[in-house]
Amino acid sequence: MLIELAHFCLILAFAISIVQMIVPLVGAHKNWRGWMALAEPAATSQVILVGFAFAVLTWAFVVSDFSVQLVYLNSHTDKPLIYKISGVWGNHEGSLLLWVLILAIFGACAAWFGDDLPARLKARVLAVQAAVSVAFYAFIIFTSNPFVRLEFAPLNGRDLNPLLQDPGLAFHPPLLYLGYVGLSMTFSFAVAALIEGKVDAAWGRWVRPWTLAAWMFLTVGIALGSWWAYYELGWGGFWFWDPVENASFMPWLFAAALLHSAIVVEKREALKSWTILLAILAFGFSLLGTFIVRSGVLTSVHAFANDPERGVYILAIMVIFTGGSLALFAIRSAALEAKGAFGIVSRESALVLNNILLAVSAFVVFIGTMWPLIAEMATGRVLSVGPPFFNAAFTPFMIALALALPIGSMLAWKRGSIKRTAKSLVGWAVLAVAIGLLAYAVQTGRSALGPVGMALGVWVVGGALTDLWSRTGRGGVPDRVRRLRRLPRADWGKALAHFGIGVTFLGVAGILARETEDIRVAQIGESYQVGAYEVTLADVRQERGPNYVTTIADVAIERGGQSYVLQPEKRFYPVAQMPTTEAAIRNGFLRDVYAVIGDPQEGGGYAVRLYIKPLANWIWGGCILMALGGLLSLSDRRLRVAAGAAKAKTVPAE
Amino acid sequence: MRWLAIALMLWAAPLWAVEPNEMLDDPALEERAREISQLVRCPVCQNESIDESHATVARDLRVIIRERLVAGDTDQQVLDYLSARFGEFVLLTPPRDGANLILWLAAPAMFLVALGIGWAAIQRKPKAADEGLSQDEQAELDKILNS
Repeated sequence: MLIELAHFCLILAFAISIVQMIVPLVGAHKNWRGWMALAEPAATSQVILVGFAFAVLTWAFVVSDFSVQLVYLNSHTDKPLIYKISGVWGNHEGSLLLWVLILAIFGACAAWFGDDLPARLKARVLAVQAAVSVAFYAFIIFTSNPFVRLEFAPLNGRDLNPLLQDPGLAFHPPLLYLGYVGLSMTFSFAVAALIEGKVDAAWGRWVRPWTLAAWMFLTVGIALGSWWAYYELGWGGFWFWDPVENASFMPWLFAAALLHSAIVVEKREALKSWTILLAILAFGFSLLGTFIVRSGVLTSVHAFANDPERGVYILAIMVIFTGGSLALFAIRSAALEAKGAFGIVSRESALVLNNILLAVSAFVVFIGTMWPLIAEMATGRVLSVGPPFFNAAFTPFMIALALALPIGSMLAWKRGSIKRTAKSLVGWAVLAVAIGLLAYAVQTGRSALGPVGMALGVWVVGGALTDLWSRTGRGGVPDRVRRLRRLPRADWGKALAHFGIGVTFLGVAGILARETEDIRVAQIGESYQVGAYEVTLADVRQERGPNYVTTIADVAIERGGQSYVLQPEKRFYPVAQMPTTEAAIRNGFLRDVYAVIGDPQEGGGYAVRLYIKPLANWIWGGCILMALGGLLSLSDRRLRVAAGAAKAKTVPAE
Repeated sequence: MRWLAIALMLWAAPLWAVEPNEMLDDPALEERAREISQLVRCPVCQNESIDESHATVARDLRVIIRERLVAGDTDQQVLDYLSARFGEFVLLTPPRDGANLILWLAAPAMFLVALGIGWAAIQRKPKAADEGLSQDEQAELDKILNS
């Protein structure tokens, strides 16, 4: 009964979202306050209704109600509780329900916390947000109903894909969705501004927190996915240029660009139409990402969500929303005129360069991802575009970005001086080059990218520190340290996020430059040397887990008197008929030791793989720093409004 | 325990990327084999190179690569050999010819265009004119003033 009630609530939310899409929009046009005010209670009731539907579905998974088809197909009574819950979104229908839930939550947040928005803008924003909701409600209700019942409830379920039964992957999709859907908010603001024909500094200020939040969630979500791949796929790769990874990476790049251009709108009232365009593109690419994942149009390791028929529907959503808003943009963007003028060497120009590099690199990812499809349709050539292409085409833009970042982030608004900025960074530049050369000297016969990445990482990290330090003005060190503590959180956030990028660069470079790999057959009790490590395969035994059987090895590692045991596993999930590898990783600040156990060999012994991965954790550590930087910046919002106004007055008109 | 035994039997499928027994004794040749196999896509997997893949056919391809290398082929000859037999699909690096040139040149071209647009945007001086009030705003103002 509860299930049917939840289904009914979902349909009710659909109806309400249709009303919310139309009435406030008409109200804003005719200036009827009552009609505009309808948006708020509508958004609130959507969140209550969808929240209830989602809670009921989660409940059905928790109590293993196999009369619900979705639960039967994706759960099992033996599954640990956390994976019963994550099973809710580990499938197509459930993940869509999560999508509309987050959409409703974001919309309601805009309704609840948008008191400082002008009534018309708010009504239009909520109406556009509701339009997006309408499309997704229709999608879920007409093609992907999660509440379908089975006539006879089976005794047990078919279990969740074992690869998904993992803490990293349990929270990867919700975070990505928070990011994708967060961008729907900036999209709504952009379309509302186009309807209104007005973009000003205040608009920039309202849009920025949403962009920041979306970008943060995407950052953490992508990092979590990459970390999962690192420890789960059994050889420690962290990025594969898989279409589904690219699907989340493109919105991230656009969100990062949007984040920066919205600053220019807010502080300088320039780059308006470009910012609007970016907001549309960022959400357009979120929809594209959803399309890629849900349709399976591009084969990839994430094919568990395949369904071409549904893909066509999402394609239609994508075309209507992106196409419609781009058409609106073409008609109305002329009305958005820039106010602030700026010199060729200025923070504004640096941010334009940042936007160009980020947008073009997103375009590289886009064309590389779509090319196999385009080529097959246009020329009939069946080909692959893999990591070698992306590494060659994408990396140069990232190198340029890292080179420009420290200087650009310190240039003055309106008119800056490269000379003056460069002077404060000379020390870091020298250090970066020295470290790059050192890394190049000690490595043998690998690509020069490792050392280059090292140098860039040091350069970016140093730039972030210098930037923060330079914000404290002049005077003695104690004075400046005291002022450092009183700097606005936005300054700290900016420095921390840029610092994080440098750390991620160092992590990637560390693996590129100095990874060690050892693959061999080891007998039980046999010891051997890998680099500075003494490795012993001490024992291999079989055990049983809650819903799998497993082979566990004890691999003893010793280095300079310090010793520990790694326990890599190879699991088999009988219900899903799938094996998985569980690598054992000794995480360290400077390096990870990564062990994998393989099959028993014909001549006795087991295949054992051991990797030493320098700075591996820095890759995700850097991402977390970036997200924390975003969080700091976000928490500064109220401060920033005041500080921005005060600063605007004191900017010297050179 | 019978359940466990059955499960273990079902497990026989190769689960692994590069296996110790397929590796060459010559480290230089083996290194080259690894590099090549990172450039070759596993034909039956979804977007994995044969270096990462556990599939049987990926293993066969890895063995073929090593055979060709031992026979004295250059890296490019090995890749040509594979694409001649298994199709262009197995090459993770799309060949730089024909329509693929669009793919390879798209990014640099886009970058130049973007730089041009960006340059134009930076140089354009915004109109200094005051925008004044919009019609709606004027109407609202009139209403307030008249009330």
